[in-house]
Amino acid sequence: MSILVIAEHDNTSIKGATLNTIAAAAEIGGDVDILIAGANCSAAGEAAAKIAGINKVLVADNPAYEFMLTENVSPLIVELATNYSHILAPASTNGKNIIPRVSALLDAQSISEISAVVSADTFQRPIYAGNIIATVQSSDPIKVMTVRTTAFDPVAEEGGSASIEGVDSVHNAEISEYLGEEVAKSDRPELTAASIVISGGRGMQNGENFELLYKVADKLGAAVGASRAAVDAGFVPNEMQVGQTGKIVAPDLYIAVGISGAIQHLAGMKDSKVIVAINKDEEAPIFQVADYGLVADLFKALPELDSGL
Amino acid sequence: MKILIAVKRVADYNVKVRAKSDNTGPDLANVKMAINPFCEIAVEEAVRMKENGIATEIIAVSIGPQAAQEQVRTALALGADRGILVETDVDLEPLAIAKCFKAICDKENPDMVLLGKQAIDGDNNQTGQMIGALTGWAQATFASEITVDDSNITVIREVDAGLQTVKLKLPAIVTVDLRLNEPRYASLPNIMKAKKKTIDKTTPEELGVDTAPRVILLKAEPPAERQAGVKVEDVAELIEKLKNEAKVIS
Repeated sequence: MSILVIAEHDNTSIKGATLNTIAAAAEIGGDVDILIAGANCSAAGEAAAKIAGINKVLVADNPAYEFMLTENVSPLIVELATNYSHILAPASTNGKNIIPRVSALLDAQSISEISAVVSADTFQRPIYAGNIIATVQSSDPIKVMTVRTTAFDPVAEEGGSASIEGVDSVHNAEISEYLGEEVAKSDRPELTAASIVISGGRGMQNGENFELLYKVADKLGAAVGASRAAVDAGFVPNEMQVGQTGKIVAPDLYIAVGISGAIQHLAGMKDSKVIVAINKDEEAPIFQVADYGLVADLFKALPELDSGL
Repeated sequence: MKILIAVKRVADYNVKVRAKSDNTGPDLANVKMAINPFCEIAVEEAVRMKENGIATEIIAVSIGPQAAQEQVRTALALGADRGILVETDVDLEPLAIAKCFKAICDKENPDMVLLGKQAIDGDNNQTGQMIGALTGWAQATFASEITVDDSNITVIREVDAGLQTVKLKLPAIVTVDLRLNEPRYASLPNIMKAKKKTIDKTTPEELGVDTAPRVILLKAEPPAERQAGVKVEDVAELIEKLKNEAKVIS
């Protein structure tokens, strides 16, 4: 077996989600190669070569691949696919944008967000907002998948010495164009990689009140998330949403503040190791999954937490 | 411009669907069914485009059992002009669904296919991207804003880092995210009018689509349940427990 992992990167460094995806690949077994598709991305290629357990790094360095436009990157992956039994990418927005397109081009049925490897052709994945864990078996010759990164511990970023190989072929469909990105600047850790996450819900009442969460977050070195209700209400931007259709997190500690605990939100955080819920409604469903529940007014509790830490 | 919209019949989003006791699949007996919430957002966007003079015709397509006709009717009541039901009792995989759409695209030549980013049953998030692959058209997933100008569309996408803007040549595939719009409710007169609109029926076989599954479900099990923990009295006790019992903060 040989596996191709599609790296998540910013042309200079490898993003953490790639390391979890490689861990899933290692569980399947066989040689693990990694593809860096980007522009001026040799630094990312060199970083990838150092990752533990990588056999070969393929670097496709061309302006057509700079922003990982799926119309250009998918045919590239399809061209490389014939050498592999499995193609894996993290279940990030980028992975989800690319993998199904690759899969259909290969006439294969991709498997989304695998959460466990049972064997080389059998995998587990959550369905129905995580209320059911499905065990599925693929009969496709090339298995194409995205990986739920929180379900696999990352491999070491250092310790490997893979060979680096250039890929010359250029696919430029010229039907899509990247115009720009609006990225929120934050010194806090990334939501999906943080070991502590503190999230606010509708109970926060407005965006300004999230300051209370940011203060606590900075004391704890935590990332800040939000429920769908808080994002829909415009309190905070979309990239903070935790849930079935937002980001999936599984930190050591998850603190839910003013979040009632709809099944869609639980789907995004219930694999956290320790869950704390702070809510003034003692009947809130969030308490059913919380290890520690505090029935309190968050506007009193958060300042107390801030000064007590 | 002509828009194709996808509508899927799924368990209502308020229902907590559980695995059957014999672990053979989800237990959907007596479960309330509804239009997938993301599909509803796609319908709304198409209807707004028509109201703004951008779209000329909206065709609502559903692939599913005969009862999925209800969801096509809902889309018609919301403003779609006509419907197509690809009737099948097999729970089709995204690839087979995408192949049905490809066949319909060949016949209808739409300028845009609008879909929800994912259905809340299988949580696959694949169909739109697969239609993109099969048609060779550009795709924008996770759309939170769509602007049409002549032969192009500009789409703002909700990506992990924030918001990304892309420009696509038409025809194109767009899958919609939560913040694109707030769907309206169908009015009673429109529900009545929808009863007179046409729904063409076909089958995957008639469309020449092979529906043999590639991925089979071996088991559907409940996830490991979390036990509710303890209630703490105050913030001081919470901090103490997190430090000394759970040992997750120092």
